[in-house]
Amino acid sequence: MDYSWIQIAVAAVFLSVVITLVLSRGYGWLSPTFWRNAAVVSSLIMLFILMWLTFDTTEKVRPGASQVPTWTVINHEIGLVWNEEKRRQVPVVGEQTGFFGKVYSPEEAFALVNKGKMTLQSRNCMECHQILGNGAYYAPDLTRAWLDPWWEERVMPMVGAKTHEEAMKIWLMNPEKYPQGQRRMPNLHFTDEEVTALVAFLKWMSAIDTNGFPPRFGVAQ
Amino acid sequence: MSTFAHRQPGELYESQKLAIWYFVVAVALFGAQIIFGLILAYQYIDPNFLYQKLSFMTNRTVHLNAMIVWLLVGMMGGVYWFLPIETGREVVGIKLAKFIWWVIVAGVTVVVLVYLIVQIGPGTAFTLWFINEGREYIEAPRWADFAIVAWVAVFLFNVVATTLASRRITGLLGVLIFDLVALGALYTAGMHYTVNVTMDQYLWWWVVHLWVEATWEVLVGVVMGWSLMYLLGTPRKLIETWLFLEVALVFGTGILGLGHHYFWIGTPEYWIGLGGFFSALEPLPLVAMVVHAVYDAGAHRLHTINKPAMMWAVTQAFGNFIGAGVWGFMQTLPQVNLYSHGTQLAAAHGHFAFFGAYVGTVMTLVYIAVQNLGKRVQIPLNSKLWPWAWGLLVFGIIGIVASFTISGFAQTMVERAELGSTWYAYIKSYTHPWYTNTHWWRFWMGMLFLLGYVLLVWDLLTIGRKRTANATEGAHD
Ligand code: HEM
Ligand SMILES: [Fe+2]
Repeated sequence: MDYSWIQIAVAAVFLSVVITLVLSRGYGWLSPTFWRNAAVVSSLIMLFILMWLTFDTTEKVRPGASQVPTWTVINHEIGLVWNEEKRRQVPVVGEQTGFFGKVYSPEEAFALVNKGKMTLQSRNCMECHQILGNGAYYAPDLTRAWLDPWWEERVMPMVGAKTHEEAMKIWLMNPEKYPQGQRRMPNLHFTDEEVTALVAFLKWMSAIDTNGFPPRFGVAQ
Repeated sequence: MSTFAHRQPGELYESQKLAIWYFVVAVALFGAQIIFGLILAYQYIDPNFLYQKLSFMTNRTVHLNAMIVWLLVGMMGGVYWFLPIETGREVVGIKLAKFIWWVIVAGVTVVVLVYLIVQIGPGTAFTLWFINEGREYIEAPRWADFAIVAWVAVFLFNVVATTLASRRITGLLGVLIFDLVALGALYTAGMHYTVNVTMDQYLWWWVVHLWVEATWEVLVGVVMGWSLMYLLGTPRKLIETWLFLEVALVFGTGILGLGHHYFWIGTPEYWIGLGGFFSALEPLPLVAMVVHAVYDAGAHRLHTINKPAMMWAVTQAFGNFIGAGVWGFMQTLPQVNLYSHGTQLAAAHGHFAFFGAYVGTVMTLVYIAVQNLGKRVQIPLNSKLWPWAWGLLVFGIIGIVASFTISGFAQTMVERAELGSTWYAYIKSYTHPWYTNTHWWRFWMGMLFLLGYVLLVWDLLTIGRKRTANATEGAHD
């Protein structure tokens, strides 16, 4: 985009005020007509800017375009690094390691992540957890779930899994057996296929560049 | 006294009789919301309570959905109440309105039963269409979405057709129509599935934010405008001028204020600036509403024909400003939101804002309707009980908000700021004493709130009934 947010904000306010004043010539600022014009003008201008920014945002959030990763990121190692220029953490994609011992083609990866998203919605995860920080506040934030060191430090030995993805899978299928604190996740009866897809979705989501949220993820273990 | 009054007492328009049904269902669902809220509060104390039977997510779904439906129903009821008075005629299409109303009541019942009994489904489109869409606030399965859109469409038709039939459009009606078109259209933005979670949330907020911080806020402006005309006899010109000013400020700040939800979901960085700037201005119209209400009430030396409704109207103005404006502003700047996002602080604000802005509005409307139910109208409407109901509800919600605010501070500090938002950080935060101590008193404040609700229902059933003998007859001129 060619304009900074300051330019957009100033233009929006400036246009609203000027057009209202022009349309309301001859009416005092206390008259209903003046404020009716202000209401219509400011609503339409803001709506117009929202539409325009929505086109821009829609382009930019396409997987692979800028901050949202492509589906095949699930085949790779991912992590967070400090970006000195932006002064925040950004996700990085490393070498190809496969996912559950397999390398997914772009179509297969899309289908898997898609199934994971459906599974996430069908089990109402958002009514306990946060997804990108939104949702309920009863269970941990899942924005960076894949990158959580807890899987390797705690869950892997606890469930006897050999890999990161296997640990997530076993735990998610039996959360009631492996409590991590007072609050326990209910057993949501995932099938094998569903839980694999769900882990893929969580991995993909962990690679979204969220402008630095959550801040300093995992720095204080 | 009031020039904006009804026909003869006891003689209601069909539209107003329908409004009564809206209010009855609204108040009943309010009760359901409170019960499920108490279950949630208890699950915070004892996470094993109803674990795997009626788990947290199911109760929270019902808690939220009951709230959204009852507040919307209550405000729509307010429109059906005032519309015939505003247009001086019966509402056009009242048969259709009654028919779709009972379809909606049946639909809501089915949706809730499926939430409670079926709870979750397989990870396929079937679940999203028939069980639960799994997106906070708009969980309703897709089939119910279509029913809701049809319902709002009939409602919009009724308003437009009645306005046309009356051959006169007032400023209030113009704003109402403009707002309802936006409100209905926005709901459809949430009726889609996409795998891209960033795009999903982008449009999800169009429903959630652009409802509560834009179109609902304006709907409140309209029904509260009518309420003030009824309660105080405020002149129309004053009401409409303020309403236009409020619309200019609500839409002028709230539409791009939407950006405060686009800081951290994978959307471009310009939203950090835009969202921070415009949402920081969102409290302005809420200040204007307080000024308006205080001015009107003062100008009439607090003489009103309905004491409880007047009290709720004033509570609404202040509650909206403090709950939405102050508690919202507290976490809306990106430099603060980076740490407070997705913590119990959002729940503190959500409770305060919904109560202040929307519960306050619906209570005002319900008390206005109740005043006109008997054969004679008591003026001013008053009882010994309503101050207790009001007091317990207000005290209860403040207690609940305080507890969420404190646990939210602890969570923001420990989980987000200090420990880096991992699973470990989460456990450290919810076991922090500042957090755990709030569980109990939140539960007890909820119990007081429930008591307030019981008194409210009792009062609504009895107020104005006993002393009708002393009431002034035909005081509506
Ligand atoms: C009556 C009006 C309002 C209502 C009913 C309301 C309700 C809510 C609710 C329920 C949430 C939680 C969303 C979630 O994460 O699930 C929320 C979030 C938020 N609201 Fe409001 N709100 C209102 C007005 C405002 C205003 C005027 C502001 C700004 C000044 C504001 C600022 C925010 C912010 C910044 C968040 C995000 C919190 C986070 O990052 O987690 N709200 N609001
Ligand atoms: Fe918002």
